[in-house]
Amino acid sequence: MNWFLGHLDEVGSLMATHAVLASAPLLAGLLLAIPLGWLARRYRLLRTPLIVGTGLLYTIPSLALFILMPLVLGTGILDPLNVVVALTVYTVALLVRTVSDGLASVPDDVLQAASAMGIGRVSRFFKVELPLAVPVISAGLRVAAVSNVSIVSVAALLGIAQLGSLFTDGFARNYLDPIVVGILACIALALVFDLLIVTLTKAATPWLRVGSPA
Amino acid sequence: MYPGGTTAVGGLSLDIPTGQITVLVGPSGCGKTTSLRMINRMIEPSSGLVAIDGRDTATLEVNELRRSIGYVIQSGGLFPHQSILDNIATVPLLLGWGRAKARARAHELLELVGLDPALAKRYPSQLSGGQQQRVGVARALAADPPVMLLDEPFSAVDPVVRAQLQDEFLRLQAELGKTIVFVTHDIDEAIKLADLVAVLRVGGTLAQFDAPARLLADPADDFVADFLGRDRGYRALGFVAAPGLPISAEPTVPLGATPAEAKQAAAGADWLLVLDAAGAPAGWVEPARLLAPITSAELHRGGTLARVGGSLRAALDAALSAPSRRGVITDDAGGLVGTVRAQDVLVEIERGPKTGAP
Ligand SMILES: Nc1ncnc2c1ncn2[C@@H]1O[C@H](COP(=O)(O)OP(=O)(O)OP(=O)(O)O)[C@@H](O)[C@H]1O
Ligand SMILES: [Mg+2]
Repeated sequence: MNWFLGHLDEVGSLMATHAVLASAPLLAGLLLAIPLGWLARRYRLLRTPLIVGTGLLYTIPSLALFILMPLVLGTGILDPLNVVVALTVYTVALLVRTVSDGLASVPDDVLQAASAMGIGRVSRFFKVELPLAVPVISAGLRVAAVSNVSIVSVAALLGIAQLGSLFTDGFARNYLDPIVVGILACIALALVFDLLIVTLTKAATPWLRVGSPA
Repeated sequence: MYPGGTTAVGGLSLDIPTGQITVLVGPSGCGKTTSLRMINRMIEPSSGLVAIDGRDTATLEVNELRRSIGYVIQSGGLFPHQSILDNIATVPLLLGWGRAKARARAHELLELVGLDPALAKRYPSQLSGGQQQRVGVARALAADPPVMLLDEPFSAVDPVVRAQLQDEFLRLQAELGKTIVFVTHDIDEAIKLADLVAVLRVGGTLAQFDAPARLLADPADDFVADFLGRDRGYRALGFVAAPGLPISAEPTVPLGATPAEAKQAAAGADWLLVLDAAGAPAGWVEPARLLAPITSAELHRGGTLARVGGSLRAALDAALSAPSRRGVITDDAGGLVGTVRAQDVLVEIERGPKTGAP
């Protein structure tokens, strides 16, 4: 506790970096997963390769991916971009299936009705399919958010500073306090992300929170 | 023809009259939905053409075509994430009407289809099945399309609500005069709603295309006759007016009359007709059994009412369903005109145009 109070500033700044490193890939991954999920839903032939293929990406060990990134991107080993890109890959891996499932959850008669009224393909996607897929996509997003918060800490092994640094630091000095603080801070961050996603989802789906027929 | 080679509809050629209700009816899988969807190009015919007002629909921009055709399906297909008002305003907005005008129009339609304006802000899940179906119709009507396609729009609701929706549908059509193609597998619904009925066989070939009365009176073959089912002769009477029925005056007493008054009015008859305060028929009583002034609870209400100038079927049914066997005839306002007996209706049937050749 004393250690924590003495290092408030440091923990705060590590947490801020951690939040950025975890959330930027979440957004980027979502933006990439939407078109990929759409392709997987739209073209039956692409479905298996896309979902299995992106799913396999998740099985690459994170440390390996962090180390590989500089080779692929031509960045320095300490560049935070490595973490962002690697986590984007993981997010895409988790979300392509979710987006595809979310789009599949939209009732067929609603789609038929939309087309029959002369709503074009593109606006049907943005005005009907995507909004109705939000609940399913949001569930996947919550998993990805928590997963990102936890995986970011691995990057501490490469010397990229964030909450994970508290683990390496505590371990190196054989000192428990920073490790405990790091764990608690990670949990707090994950909870904040989760709460944020739940709140945004509720705001985006007002029709789900109304009573049944009068 | 679907990929895989199912010919869902083959050799079907229909001339659908403008401003009337044409009903496609036939057993499940005979291609009714497929035919309907070829009209708004949800399905492109592999051969043949669909023309509206002489224009081949294949030459039109597909979304423009669809916006000019109202489409209603069984399940409603309402957008769960939009309010009732926004659902109805969909096509006007697509046509670029502007929000205010589209919403004003949507409000107008809510009223037109008999929905409480208070429902405007609700979501579809907050409505009953019958209400949702009305919203579906309102949404299809929103941009005032000349052509409407309805695919079993009333089959997901209970029989009472269905009958209500059908009656309102006819009332609306009398007002709007749309060119309507209506799909159902319920022959009674077809006969009730249609100006023209097209009976389809599996494979999408046309078995018969005729007015309902003609269909009942003269089925083209065994398939059509089977499909029409029982009581065809009786049901056909529903299309024959009975202007010349002899209507007899009927003795009556008002509600609240004493047993003595009732016996005197009945003059020996077993059953006596009772009128309510407004002079409308309320039911029958047996004067001999009366012990106290007539109350509403004692009335026998089995008899159906027929309107003067209504069909022979209604008149016959009124006679058969009344305990006195005298069918009550009312005017349009519901006031008593008199009664008819079944035998008079039968004489009229014998005398009138033969239903075999209406
Ligand atoms: N997308 C499709 N692909 C292949 N075959 C189809 C497709 N849709 C319908 N069919 C077939 O075409 C035929 C006609 O189907 P359609 O849906 O038009 O029947 P329907 O008369 O509307 O039946 P119902 O009363 O059950 O709604 C059926 O044999 C059906 O199996
Ligand atoms: Mg059908």
